[in-house]
Amino acid sequence: MSTDEPSGSTGTETGAAPPHAVELTGITKRFPGVVANADVNIAVRAGTVHAIVGENGAGKSTLMKILYGMQRPDEGSITVDGSQVDFHSPADAIKAGIGMVHQHFMLADNLTVLENVVLGSEPRARGGLDFRAARARIREISKSYGLGVDPDRLVDELGVGERQRVEILKVLYRGARILILDEPTAVLVPQEVDELFGNLRELKAEGLTILFISHKLDEVLDVADDITVIRRGTTVASVRPGDVTARQLAELMVGSALPVPELRESTVTDEPILDVKGMTVTSADGRTVLDDVSFTIHAGEVLGIAGVEGNGQAELVDAVMGIRPTAAGVITLRGENISRLSTRRRREAGMAFIPEDRHRQGVMLEASLWENRILGHQTRRPNVRGPLIDRRGAKADTQRIVDEYDVRTPSIDVAATALSGGNQQKFIVGREMSGKPIVLIASHPTRGVDVGAQAAIWDHIRRARTEHLAVLLISADLDELIGMSDKLAVILRGRLVSQLDPKSVTPQALGSAMTGAGEDAGEEVAS
Amino acid sequence: MKRLTPRAVLLGIAAPVGALIFAAIVSVVILIVTGHSPAGTLEAMINSAQRPRTLVNSVNSATNYYLAAVAVAIGFRMNLFNIGVDGQYRIAALLAAGFAGATWIDGVPAPIRIVGTIMVAMLVGAAWAGLAAILKVARGVSEVISTIMLNAIATYLGQYLLLKLAVPVAGSNNIGTRPITAGGQVPGFDYPGSTSKVYGLIILAVLVGVAYWFILSRTRFGFDLRATGMSESAAVASGVNVKRMVLYSMLFSGAVAGLVGMPQLLGSSHSYSLDFPAGLGFIGIAVALLGRNHPAGMALAALLWGVLDNSANSLDVAGVPKEIVAIMQGVIVLSVVVAYELVRRYRVRVEQHHVGRALGTTRVPEEVSA
Repeated sequence: MSTDEPSGSTGTETGAAPPHAVELTGITKRFPGVVANADVNIAVRAGTVHAIVGENGAGKSTLMKILYGMQRPDEGSITVDGSQVDFHSPADAIKAGIGMVHQHFMLADNLTVLENVVLGSEPRARGGLDFRAARARIREISKSYGLGVDPDRLVDELGVGERQRVEILKVLYRGARILILDEPTAVLVPQEVDELFGNLRELKAEGLTILFISHKLDEVLDVADDITVIRRGTTVASVRPGDVTARQLAELMVGSALPVPELRESTVTDEPILDVKGMTVTSADGRTVLDDVSFTIHAGEVLGIAGVEGNGQAELVDAVMGIRPTAAGVITLRGENISRLSTRRRREAGMAFIPEDRHRQGVMLEASLWENRILGHQTRRPNVRGPLIDRRGAKADTQRIVDEYDVRTPSIDVAATALSGGNQQKFIVGREMSGKPIVLIASHPTRGVDVGAQAAIWDHIRRARTEHLAVLLISADLDELIGMSDKLAVILRGRLVSQLDPKSVTPQALGSAMTGAGEDAGEEVAS
Repeated sequence: MKRLTPRAVLLGIAAPVGALIFAAIVSVVILIVTGHSPAGTLEAMINSAQRPRTLVNSVNSATNYYLAAVAVAIGFRMNLFNIGVDGQYRIAALLAAGFAGATWIDGVPAPIRIVGTIMVAMLVGAAWAGLAAILKVARGVSEVISTIMLNAIATYLGQYLLLKLAVPVAGSNNIGTRPITAGGQVPGFDYPGSTSKVYGLIILAVLVGVAYWFILSRTRFGFDLRATGMSESAAVASGVNVKRMVLYSMLFSGAVAGLVGMPQLLGSSHSYSLDFPAGLGFIGIAVALLGRNHPAGMALAALLWGVLDNSANSLDVAGVPKEIVAIMQGVIVLSVVVAYELVRRYRVRVEQHHVGRALGTTRVPEEVSA
């Protein structure tokens, strides 16, 4: 593969160019349990969009936290506009002109754009707040960079794309000349992505420098001027978008031929296992977040649910597991109506659950692995005997999971938090596959895990399918969805809007079906 | 709970010991600033603590504190803050005293009377805590607020009920419930050199401690309770009915709170009167914090608290204001909370390092084989 070594700053520098906007040299961060940064070298030319790509868990976020002063490197140096800096907190980074737009917006819904923007750096005049000056500045920034943000609107009324522009404006308002955007497109639909890229080009034209973190390669190739690839915590290549294809970039990211999500021969039977009819869920504030959703999964079948995040996937999973109450609908598990059963009864009836946020729903971080083995199986052997915990049984079975599922841990007594994300996830998969389940709900099962763990988890899902489980797979990774599903449904604003055949659909067609833009792009298949 | 490696033990005692040392330093500074001799104060306290009478009183106080601490700890283990142990035990002790002192009960055999009294106390305590539990489960009212309010209500309800139940206490202007006759009392244990006796119900406190340990670490119920405390969202996803757990743990906490007044009521005062000890519930919070909700840790903390309280009385004689002990106790609680959090973070880091080293992933990238 074509890996030009990023030796110092030679890769991108051209003669007597002005100093780099940002230069990271030899950054090393030892951060046990997860992949750390080691000897990272990045040189960002001023006035460019510089993309940093890498897999989930490759160390992009850690690196950006270091650059933004949230963490300190163990070794290495950072220079901004040619002078060396040493950040102790984000406040230092902001002072040096570095701003960060987080993946998750940090805006108060019940305040206006103006109030959100000035929050924390309120303009003062004669002892009071000088909103007039702030409003004028926001208008000016918005106009000069083409952000189209109205300072007096309530954030609550804004769409996702607009909120993101408010976040960008917030950073610019604080005087940032170097913007870090952490996975900015994760929450956007394609049209919004195009708008964002338009904004980024505008910012670049005004001389700002943008660091763009992503693992979506097509987007990176579209918008970036330079690309740095990070793998396992270190920089492995610096390339120009014109010189590489998305496939080459992907292989640079993982360091080898990619594991391919694919299913072998069909194991689908005609025995319905999980049947959902007319499921409707309303949120606490009365909105319908899931609207008349129906589907059937047969034994040995994987149903993939595709959708832009926040279109009801999380609610669907919670409702099927009985964690969230449903307003209407019937859930049938192998012929038995389980709509009114508690989560525990559903689990006892054979439903296994890999949650999307393992730290929130999957493990007790500060409890030992063997105690985590009991979680979700509190009423079943080998964890309990009657009302008592069977410590020996639970420990023995934890050891089995650790061995069978290749969970890398020195012992089953360590706290779950000491393990890396991939190992935590393998452990969760092993636990959920215990006790002969008949249904597996897998929500983003490979999110934030390394390639090795990803391949292993795909193997386990394939095995579950071979063993005639009905699998509900929810993912944001379109290749995973297409490769691992026997049938695909698209969820949009809480409704299942179309069914697609994973054998014939392309990621592009699936992507546009997810936005609801091209209903015609995905061929409608009668269910 | 965790494996007992030397490091784990060391980390376990580092926080409380560190906090105690810190509190001692602060106390010394205060003594010096206010012009008292730290050495003299210490000597007075040590001398006092060695007296048999002080010792017995310390153990008796510790018995009360321990029960209160366990009541608080049951809530703590699932992130419930039962601030209302104070009101729960006072109402429970009052009604149990009314029950045990009633005239009709005199003929009932002693064991039944005593068990009956204790049952009444537990039921009343559970019911009083249950009010807060129902408010939380049904209406989402924070148990912190509701139990504090219920403490105030318990105070005034107690005064009202005491007026209804009370008889004048002979030879004073105190009033109290009708004294419990000999058949309803729990005899204490003699201790050589002391006229006061060790509460017979110290055995009850030990049993409660053992039951607390067993239920929490060995039963499914205890697992669900701890799981809810460690991560409510993970517990819900695992099938724990959190509302039910809130209800049960509040009821259990209240039932144990009901026991707090029993050693005193059945062992020495035999009547609930105006001077029945108040504030034990709040001491229980401090003791539970200091003892880390651990059954043995809380026992040690309760003893320490008892000794401090009872040796404080001797300070007045030595010319040192005994409030220095209250200051010391306050500093202990504050510093112990900080110290535990520091140790907890350190422990997580050490464990991650340990795992990283064991797996060889701490220093990541010798270039990965492609």
